[in-house]
Amino acid sequence: MPLAQTATTVPVVVNDDLCIADKGCTACVDVCPLDVLRIVEKDDGKKTAYMKYDECWYCMPCEADCPTDAVTVNLPYLLK
Amino acid sequence: MDEILDGLTQIDCDILIIGGGTAGPMAALKAKRKNPEANVVLLDKANVKRSGAISMGMDGLNNSVIPGYATPEQYTKEITIANDGICDQAAVYRYAQECYGIIQELDSFGIRFQKDQNGEYDVKKVHHIGTYVLPMPNGDTVKKALYRQLRKARINIINRFMATRLLTGEGRVAGAICVNTRSAEFLVVRAKAVIMGLGAAGRLGLPTSGYLYGTYENASNSGEGYAMAYHAGAGLANLECYQINPLIKDYNGPACAYVAGPMGGYTANAQGERFIECDYWSGQMMQEFFDELQGGKGPVYLKLNHLAEETIAEIERVLHIVERPTRGHFHEGRGTDYRKQMIEMHISEIGFCSGHSASGVFVDEHARTTIPGLYAAGDMANVPHNYMLGAFTNGAFAGMDAADYIADVDYASFDMGEIDAERTRVMAPTKRDDGIPPNQIEYKTRRLVNDYLQPPKVTAKMELAQKRFEEVRDDMESGMYVRDAHELMRSLEASTILDCADMAAAASMYRTESRWGLYHNRVEYERDDENWFCHTILTKGEDGKPAHKKQDVKPYIVEIAEDERDAYYKQRVGASSVAAE
Ligand SMILES: Cc1cc2nc3c(=O)[nH]c(=O)nc-3n(C[C@H](O)[C@H](O)[C@H](O)COP(=O)(O)OP(=O)(O)OC[C@H]3O[C@@H](n4cnc5c(N)ncnc54)[C@H](O)[C@@H]3O)c2cc1C
Ligand code: SF4
Ligand code: SF4
Repeated sequence: MPLAQTATTVPVVVNDDLCIADKGCTACVDVCPLDVLRIVEKDDGKKTAYMKYDECWYCMPCEADCPTDAVTVNLPYLLK
Repeated sequence: MDEILDGLTQIDCDILIIGGGTAGPMAALKAKRKNPEANVVLLDKANVKRSGAISMGMDGLNNSVIPGYATPEQYTKEITIANDGICDQAAVYRYAQECYGIIQELDSFGIRFQKDQNGEYDVKKVHHIGTYVLPMPNGDTVKKALYRQLRKARINIINRFMATRLLTGEGRVAGAICVNTRSAEFLVVRAKAVIMGLGAAGRLGLPTSGYLYGTYENASNSGEGYAMAYHAGAGLANLECYQINPLIKDYNGPACAYVAGPMGGYTANAQGERFIECDYWSGQMMQEFFDELQGGKGPVYLKLNHLAEETIAEIERVLHIVERPTRGHFHEGRGTDYRKQMIEMHISEIGFCSGHSASGVFVDEHARTTIPGLYAAGDMANVPHNYMLGAFTNGAFAGMDAADYIADVDYASFDMGEIDAERTRVMAPTKRDDGIPPNQIEYKTRRLVNDYLQPPKVTAKMELAQKRFEEVRDDMESGMYVRDAHELMRSLEASTILDCADMAAAASMYRTESRWGLYHNRVEYERDDENWFCHTILTKGEDGKPAHKKQDVKPYIVEIAEDERDAYYKQRVGASSVAAE
């Protein structure tokens, strides 16, 4: 059975202007208990954190531990 | 990251602690303090800095026994009654005697508790009979403070490894098999003693929102503690005593009557009337909650809108910053203002958790399981109504006992074939070209749990559940498919969840009576003290399926008078009860 590409909106948003992943920060990726955040290279060659998997407990360590306040945790659409 | 790599490393340690949430860190600290020479390893699927139920903090200690407010005898009596009599009191009594020392220790770590003008602990009454709730105004610091202690004590911390199976040999524990959640590499840990603190089985039922991770429990607690104990041959007690909680609808976090109750808030029906005298979570209270919903008087709400502005502002301050800090956003999004509207509540999904009920791996008052050298503490160990302080205190007992145990033993030898078999099982979903992704296996299992296992429990429905679970298991074993190491972690969780679903059905079928209010409400049977005043112990049978036996409740240390036994069944407003004492 082949897989489909079903879209899903993710609750956690990273402001990539504020994110300093380029300087080696991975704080949010490190602390997330569900391990759903990752670092990616953008088109301009700079790096940013983003939510890769829609598997979030809306618990907030990512937002609380980000040194530049780049992370916003929203509620997953299904329960907000 | 997430690329699947082939690799296996083996390490040795004296004491392996699996789960660095609440019980685990305390076990590590106590073991190391008692035996500074011991090599203590604390391993977690997530990052110990922010893992487990207390990841962001806690609002208070729900079950503290503080001199001047309560005695160990009173507490033991209350928990025995709350747990419908099925309770080996030794573990509860020991907890009640020693938890005060743990509070003082936590205090010395910098976790502050609410005190009155005289500097005494300011304990609040929430339970039906006694007074045990101690607020933590700076409860957001708890995990950070613990982590500092772990670093100071030089505990070896291993993050992002998920334990999947225990190793046993010579009739005792030998270690554990773990998988890296970001690379799929294996880590085999040989240990003389293993302490499990893997938390609740929190992803068993599906929340009404339908969001797989919108659970009451920290969603990384998918129940491996239960599944690993089962496959290793340990006994699990009273799994039919599910955890079911009264929560904020959809948000699925605690409405926190424990915080709001002492300040004048209460649980109300749609008319704004109080219908239960006591907001402390028990199966009997959940039955009243359920009846109110079924009886057409729902929805049920947390009512605060009759309180003064300062009180509401204080409740908001606590509830919106500490335990589940997204709660404020949730209410804002829905336009709920505590001053104007009541907060809609609902019944949670089912789970296993002794922290809140009594479903857990069987342990005694030293946190020993039925396998020598294997300990369990916290939500996954069956000391009833454990909560956070129970996790800390029983974790401490486990750490101290394990430190003694390792003095006299060497590593147990085990069959290397077990490792090969586990590697084959774990990696199977990576060997296919397509198939069913883990989220679909998990969703289907959990949807079936809701359809057929959620109380009120009906025999014919549970039999159907067992049939459907077998079909899902066949699909999982022959067709589950993953594309990276992260999905592999989810596939292992899906398999754990299915194991727990099987255990939930089997345990509920075995106890042919009703017990613990809603938690084990079997519509065809009444409570039957003559035949079922006992624990049920579930183990893995010869045929690989759950086997059961009855086990006597140990003679009580604290006697319960005939007229006190059913106090928790008299919570409905208007019913005569002991609450007013
Ligand atoms: C939302 C919420 C609010 C609560 N509020 C209160 C309160 O106000 N007062 C109170 O007293 N109690 C409260 N409790 C209960 C209390 O928090 C728990 O009883 C207690 O923290 C449980 O501790 P634990 O060590 O058993 O589990 P946890 O602290 O959850 O730790 C389990 C650990 O195991 C790890 N783990 C899981 N699976 C694996 C695996 N396969 N391999 C390796 N590691 C693994 C997890 O990452 C986690 O770190 C609350 C619970 C919740 C969920
Ligand atoms: S809210 Fe929690 S689960 Fe969600 S991304 Fe942040 S840390 Fe991870
Ligand atoms: S913690 Fe903040 S700055 Fe660091 S990687 Fe994450 S979003 Fe970027």
